[in-house]
Amino acid sequence: MATARHFVTPEESRSTEAPESVVVRFAGDSGDGIQLTGGQFTLSTALAGNDLATFPDFPAEIRAPQGTTFGVSAFQINFGSAAIETAGDAPDVLVALNPAALKVNMDAVNPGGLIIVDEGEFGARNLAKAGFENNPLEDDTLARWQVMRLNISQLTLDAVKPFGLGNKEALRCKNMWTLGLALWMFDRDRAPLIDWLKAKFAKAPELAEANIAALNAGHAYGETAELSGQFARHHIGAAPVAPGLYRTVTGVEAISLGLVAGAKLAGLPMFFGGYPITPASAILHHLARLKEYGVTTFQAEDEIAAIAAAIGASFAGSLGVTSSSGPGIALKGEAMGLAIMTELPLVIVNSQRGGPSTGLPTKTEQSDLYQAVYGRHGDAPLPVIAARSPADAFDCAIEACRIAVQYMTPVMLLTDGYIANAAEPWRVPDMASYEPFPVAFHATPPAEGESVNPYVRDGKLARVWIKPGTPGLMHRIGGIEKNATTGHIDYAPSNHQAMTELRARKVLNVADTIPPIEPCLGEAGAKLAVVGWGSTFGPIHQAVRRALAHGRSVAHVHLRHIWPLPKNLGDLLRTYDRIIVPEMNNGQLKTLLRDQYLVDARPVTKVAGQPFKIAEIEAVIEEALA
Amino acid sequence: MNEMTKLTAKDFASDQEVRWCPGCGDYAILKAVQRTMPELGADPARTVFVSGIGCSSRFPYYMETYGFHTIHGRAPAIATGVKLANPDLDVWIITGDGDALSIGGNHTMHLLRRNLNCQILLFNNEIYGLTKGQYSPTSRVGTRSPSTPFGSVDRPVRPCAFALGSGARFVARAIDVSKQLPEVLKAAHAHQGAAFVEIFQNCIVYNDDVFAPFTARENSGKQLWLKAGEPMLFDNGTKGLTLDREALNLKVVEVADGDWQSAGVIVHDPTNRAVAHMLIDMPIGSFPMALGVIYDDPRPTFESAVLRQNAEAAAGKAADLQALVSRGQTWEVEKEPRKA
Repeated sequence: MATARHFVTPEESRSTEAPESVVVRFAGDSGDGIQLTGGQFTLSTALAGNDLATFPDFPAEIRAPQGTTFGVSAFQINFGSAAIETAGDAPDVLVALNPAALKVNMDAVNPGGLIIVDEGEFGARNLAKAGFENNPLEDDTLARWQVMRLNISQLTLDAVKPFGLGNKEALRCKNMWTLGLALWMFDRDRAPLIDWLKAKFAKAPELAEANIAALNAGHAYGETAELSGQFARHHIGAAPVAPGLYRTVTGVEAISLGLVAGAKLAGLPMFFGGYPITPASAILHHLARLKEYGVTTFQAEDEIAAIAAAIGASFAGSLGVTSSSGPGIALKGEAMGLAIMTELPLVIVNSQRGGPSTGLPTKTEQSDLYQAVYGRHGDAPLPVIAARSPADAFDCAIEACRIAVQYMTPVMLLTDGYIANAAEPWRVPDMASYEPFPVAFHATPPAEGESVNPYVRDGKLARVWIKPGTPGLMHRIGGIEKNATTGHIDYAPSNHQAMTELRARKVLNVADTIPPIEPCLGEAGAKLAVVGWGSTFGPIHQAVRRALAHGRSVAHVHLRHIWPLPKNLGDLLRTYDRIIVPEMNNGQLKTLLRDQYLVDARPVTKVAGQPFKIAEIEAVIEEALA
Repeated sequence: MNEMTKLTAKDFASDQEVRWCPGCGDYAILKAVQRTMPELGADPARTVFVSGIGCSSRFPYYMETYGFHTIHGRAPAIATGVKLANPDLDVWIITGDGDALSIGGNHTMHLLRRNLNCQILLFNNEIYGLTKGQYSPTSRVGTRSPSTPFGSVDRPVRPCAFALGSGARFVARAIDVSKQLPEVLKAAHAHQGAAFVEIFQNCIVYNDDVFAPFTARENSGKQLWLKAGEPMLFDNGTKGLTLDREALNLKVVEVADGDWQSAGVIVHDPTNRAVAHMLIDMPIGSFPMALGVIYDDPRPTFESAVLRQNAEAAAGKAADLQALVSRGQTWEVEKEPRKA
């Protein structure tokens, strides 16, 4: 359904609530203990040091008929690290404990916001009471939002089972279960609540214990189900400036759609090999449903098999794609070497998360840049690109496919846990406006007496791609060094020197097709450049915008192509007096920039599993200009 | 291939110089495969040899077909991608005991359970040859090698038992130099699904004569060549296998004057999985080595199931990219941007 959307100017976006704030609304039946939940959430939020504003909204009746829309009770809280003036216009997160609560509150939720529903309450009777003709969880009523369906009723009953409460009493603990989940999502402390419950139920310790158990169970659910803590975090989406058709899109959706589009633009079927890992699995889930677009998905036995099968598919003439997160990408490293050596197209998506090892699987980080650019055995360069936002991931995925097939190379596409799960409004692209890059397989057999040479190259240095099944072009490829001319095994020192240089030069040639970079805010020659990549785009952009509004001489330079870098980047960076590089790692892009351009790029690092706050970047801008 | 262009073994030999050690069993296997291909009516352009790493894995370079020499242990996974991307290709996997059962054991297991339609030729020489002679997962206890100077202590895996346990629907054994190898290869090729063939391959440098207990000329009586529908006879028909009903196991019996029926010798039924397990596990010495097609009972292949599901899921749906990106609830922004 088309609805009008308020157009937000940069001024307006600055003048309204602090963007680091989040608006959460709890809604349920008046008997569900919503106000209690909201009140306790407020308490824990205040204890966490956030400023906040709340808006309790409950029916006049003490106990309106159960399950009806007029019996819905709601509690809204807006909290954040900066000053909060209002309870927030629209919730980013809605917790709806029954269909009526959903019905009354859903339209208020921001597009792309998160709706958590207790699906255990979505029976025919409750749906009818709420006035739903069809179950909104089954059709596209909620398409504009992210929806998390949990059977909170059952999960609560399970959690409090040991305390021998009656069914009705047990279900009263639902609010505490929900609160536990909310506390997990926003990283709030449970201890004050536990103390409060013990005091409140001092005369009925079994009720205290049951409520605490429900609270802990909700919290544990968030943690063990690896629900991302990023769902609700307010992010700075691209301001919807241009008129047109919009929809919401998450990063995993955008990447999946972009890969499908990229394969189509290349004129190839896509083969996707994946292995379950948080937060990358959702790409496999999305693609598995798109078979009519020529997509074959393969859940492999491990990360290595996932990339190996993708390489096999590329050898056979499909566009091979694999996806994972840091630890899985590490496992794929050897196979990337094979794809580089055999010069086969391949797209590798890395949804970065906090590391090393299992690290922080549900939290976001940008700490795999070294791994992407440098992290392989041998001299093994491959192009690396990074998405800055959920919507941007669509174009980045297409770009990864283009480079892979035009340069016969594996390409790494970097995204992160934040982009993967976050949603933002996205102007639906006009697919006709994308330039196709159709692949032409080599199919002409050599002249009599000539041998097949699969390593013949074009002007870009990309080798020919010959599909097995093509008559007269039988050939063998492999991981052993090839003769630069014939493609046969050749260990000669001069040949390895030549081939190593050739592979590096080929990847550098990708820069010929990258547009020159310009600051996305501010001018060349300003006093300070804030250089970013990936999902730090939002906070850097807002911080630089504010600094510009305060008359500071600053610019925002944001990289999509991490390797090779845009050809003019060195010249651009040298126009600034100072360069700072905020990134969610210990200073990785900073190293790359220093290495490539000998510029004094200063690191601004954050590895807290949380995105940068605008205020944090504003502070380092002020500091750098002082 | 039409009759006019009948191919020969030579047509399947590439122009590359074969570089195995003189006397290596790999030469005999290469010749057998090159000789068998024309008899299968194989089209070189639609044939793909995929290998991992090891002496055996150089094999694809010597075949005038498509070939992919990949990385250690991963040939089954790469072959899976090749076959799913183009099921018309005839895929052969060439691997060794270390490649398939140590570093690549996981992939071998999953390829077999999924039942990808391909042939897996595992050259078992019970040693790591290319890395200069370390003991392998199929080496017998006590194998002395550079890495086990006092003898290996871990028990070996039996490749065919591993295959059968992983769900393989075709399991066969052969010997590098045996005349029967082409027949086994043909049977493997005829099987629709993953066809697992263990080939005892003599490593003349690091593990010479390790299979002599049944391959040496004087021990040829220890070879039991199985044939569907025929009695399990060996040692020139003087001995056979029967079922020990007490122990529920196989037993060697003497056969007098060819009267195997009265000796109770059983007839080979390649679809009998229980007997296949027993044949594979017979200890060499008191028992013969079971060779030939031990088990052959096809089931639908992985790629056919994937293809069918892809087709069914796509049926009646248009692949309209514009519709795809426009899915879900959309809204229109009509206002022109205000100037900031």
